[in-house]
Amino acid sequence: MEFEAVIGLEVHAQLQTESKIFCACSAKFGAEPNGNTCPVCTGMPGVLPVLNRKAVECAVRTALATSCAVQRRSVFARKNYFYPDMPKAYQISQYELPLALRGHLDIEVGGATRRIGITRIHMEEDAGKLVHEGEFAGAQASLADLNRCSVPLMEIVSEPDLRTPEEGGSYLRTLRDILVYLEVCDGNMEEGSFRCDANVSVRPVGQAALGTKAELKNMNSFRNVERALEYEIRRQIEIVEDGGKVAQETRLWDAGAGVTVSMRRKEEAHDYRYFPDPDLLPLIVEEAWVEELKRTIPELPAAKVARLAARYGIPRYDAGILASSRALADFFEAASAAFPGSPKTTANECVHWKDAILAGRLAPETIAHAVSDREAGTISATASKKLVERVLETGRPFRTLRDEMGLTQLSDTSALDAIVDKVIASCPKEVESYRGGKAGLLSFFVGQVMKESRGKANPKVVQEVLRKKLE
Amino acid sequence: MAQAPIHEWTLLEAARKVREKEISSRELTAAILERIDRLDPKVNSYVTVLPERAASQAAACDEEQARGSLRGPLHGVPVGLKDIFCTRGVRTTCGSRILHNFDPPYDAAVAETVRAAGAVLLGKHNMDEFAMGSSTETSHFGPSRNPWDLSRIPGGSSGGTAAAVSAGMCFAGVGTDTGGSIRQPASLCGVVGMNQAGPVTRTVADAAALLGVIAGYDRRDSTCVDVPVPDYLAAASRPVAGLRVGLPKEYFEGGGLSPDVKKAVERALAGLTGQGATVVEVSLPHTSFALSTYYLIAPAEASSNLARYDGVRYGHRAEGASGVVEMMSRTRAEGFGAEVKRRVMIGTYALSAGYYEAFYGKAQKVRTLIRRDFDAAFSKADVLLTPTAPTPAFRLGEKTGDPLTMYLSDIFTIPCNLAGIPGISVPCGLSAEGLPIGAQLLSNHFREETLFSAAGAVERAIRLPRVAPVEG
Repeated sequence: MEFEAVIGLEVHAQLQTESKIFCACSAKFGAEPNGNTCPVCTGMPGVLPVLNRKAVECAVRTALATSCAVQRRSVFARKNYFYPDMPKAYQISQYELPLALRGHLDIEVGGATRRIGITRIHMEEDAGKLVHEGEFAGAQASLADLNRCSVPLMEIVSEPDLRTPEEGGSYLRTLRDILVYLEVCDGNMEEGSFRCDANVSVRPVGQAALGTKAELKNMNSFRNVERALEYEIRRQIEIVEDGGKVAQETRLWDAGAGVTVSMRRKEEAHDYRYFPDPDLLPLIVEEAWVEELKRTIPELPAAKVARLAARYGIPRYDAGILASSRALADFFEAASAAFPGSPKTTANECVHWKDAILAGRLAPETIAHAVSDREAGTISATASKKLVERVLETGRPFRTLRDEMGLTQLSDTSALDAIVDKVIASCPKEVESYRGGKAGLLSFFVGQVMKESRGKANPKVVQEVLRKKLE
Repeated sequence: MAQAPIHEWTLLEAARKVREKEISSRELTAAILERIDRLDPKVNSYVTVLPERAASQAAACDEEQARGSLRGPLHGVPVGLKDIFCTRGVRTTCGSRILHNFDPPYDAAVAETVRAAGAVLLGKHNMDEFAMGSSTETSHFGPSRNPWDLSRIPGGSSGGTAAAVSAGMCFAGVGTDTGGSIRQPASLCGVVGMNQAGPVTRTVADAAALLGVIAGYDRRDSTCVDVPVPDYLAAASRPVAGLRVGLPKEYFEGGGLSPDVKKAVERALAGLTGQGATVVEVSLPHTSFALSTYYLIAPAEASSNLARYDGVRYGHRAEGASGVVEMMSRTRAEGFGAEVKRRVMIGTYALSAGYYEAFYGKAQKVRTLIRRDFDAAFSKADVLLTPTAPTPAFRLGEKTGDPLTMYLSDIFTIPCNLAGIPGISVPCGLSAEGLPIGAQLLSNHFREETLFSAAGAVERAIRLPRVAPVEG
């Protein structure tokens, strides 16, 4: 029997706000433990939450970029459970009435485009973390760091439309690229600002009913998500093939061992006792605000790839690399505007110097000068590379360095004539052999000319001059 | 004419006398502290008294005044706060063992506001544990007593506040009223109490003045509405001619209402009509559901609100537990009293999967019906007049064994809070046994001025002793 997997993903993305979702504390990563806390986010007696407008703005923009319907009225609810890193013993989240519903995302897998449904997007606060002193099992003490408490998150829940680990990976990458483009999330999986849980089940191909699902947690890279899905699908198919039943449970991905392990069964699942948070009024998103935010949605990655490829005549693959970062694509377009002559070379250069560009260490003019000088034959490819490196070291202008370092190529035939004549005169044997039919010797002469010119000669021009003189 | 003793002065009198330098804040504060010292061992209206802090605050007020500056309308006047309001550096217990050692590093908005108005903080008033109770008997710090009869309860949960104001152990107090926790004890102690923002005072004008100080927009409270604060004090002396007073018939039916209370409320009505108000009969048909609705919604929210008291970060923590789950369970088992545990369990049950719709969800729907009842009533009447509590103060221990009977003492105050409208209790008579009785006035949203006018009229019509005869 042939099986197919049914996968739905739940992504938690940290919203790029200065402050937390319900208080004025900084939401930045990496502060000293409990350095970013106040009475509100630590749930002290008598404190009340006040919603961060910027967080709502980020979530609404995400909803718009994924074609979701932004709900005019959404409601924050309390999700109640005891845990030492949850100071109020409830998490404020959206439940029955989330911020946005029914959107979709187009992903590309194997050259084909698939549309994946998005069920909902809702907002919530993050919890803190526990640090265990010593081995977990025999820990002497557990320390609570509440810095992450009330850091704003949005949860993006997909429909169970994904069928393969590859599609899962593509969905996540596509989604992350969009969030980063929107500047609503930094997309950093290692720091936990982009996290993913997966619901996975299997069923015989052709069967409409869904199999029993397992929820996978603890996957902290795209690669791990794909590996975990692969493992889990295989595990479930084996169970079903052996006549067993998949248990409804939550499983953790153990990246070291490459397996998923059971964390808790459905019977042990919490009763969260959700109810609308009486301390927060329903969130009303005015239509005018949504319209205003619509205008702030930038060109998204898929559209950008298509446009770059069409407008600059560069391969889709190159366009894809450039569009993987909004900053890189903008840089490429600025460099192309400064020198429109050879977009393909400009694209190659941008890809080559990607890290420096993204670090903000290169100006588009530098690349434009490098490309235009090369196209004009004024410098060699090697010299170009050397010069850009010097720009990075010194911060001085490309062309100033070019002139100072004397890296301009000799492309002027009259200047090359003398050198070529000298080389021909000093190698009578080789000249004879060449003329006798050993055409391969041409590169020897070119090498000699290059040597004589101390690398400055333009090899293309040298070849032409040599050919003429040796005939 | 002999001047009244200091503790009998109203809040406004005390403020005026300090302002006009008839008395220093130091003398005023010392006089009240002395009275607390003498009487509070009997009444137990304070969980915490702050003699040194109050004296130095008073001295600071005097010095500032000598330099020509007044902090605000309450400059130099000593007041108390219910021990539910966080006060920076002053133990704030909510009447619970679980917070017996909690010193908040911040002030509640109301603590900030009264301090900014110049008030001197005398201490923190006793209360039912986490405001759960109608008699102040659930306090971890022992029950407060009614200054009119020390064998009786002062009502609750703001019983300590009402008792302290009534006994002249502060010029005003601030309490909280989720289901009647200010109005019921105010009624039982013969003082004025208002559900909005919490004033407990001996006169209607004082309540208006204090509400004027503490009302206003608080950007730290998302449920707070930003509307201008009217001149409540002016409203308190406004005539009531033409005012339409609605009598909700449901509040006068049924067996629970004591004849003394009924008679006193009728006298309040006569006082109003005597000044030109007219009477209309109104109906609030969903009144009978209010109590059960309240006792689903309030415990549901409380079960969630109280979950933070787990011993992890502050407050009481159980000793010797192995592991975090045991520590949390034992902390809560030791830290909470019986009534709090009862409500946490009711609330947890009402919110649990499978019961939410039948209980909490349904209660919210009934709440909407109750609000609509009031909307309809206020289309006919400007203000509603009802008893505040069904009986005068009962005896200590009389109802502690029967929570449902205890809950019934809030039967008249609860519907108003479910509807979110303002209500005030004003003294309107004494029972045959000489116990105070209060009349409750209710108005539509943001119509506090109407309430103060009506309450002022009742007060003018019915003269009662200002201070409880606690000294015997």
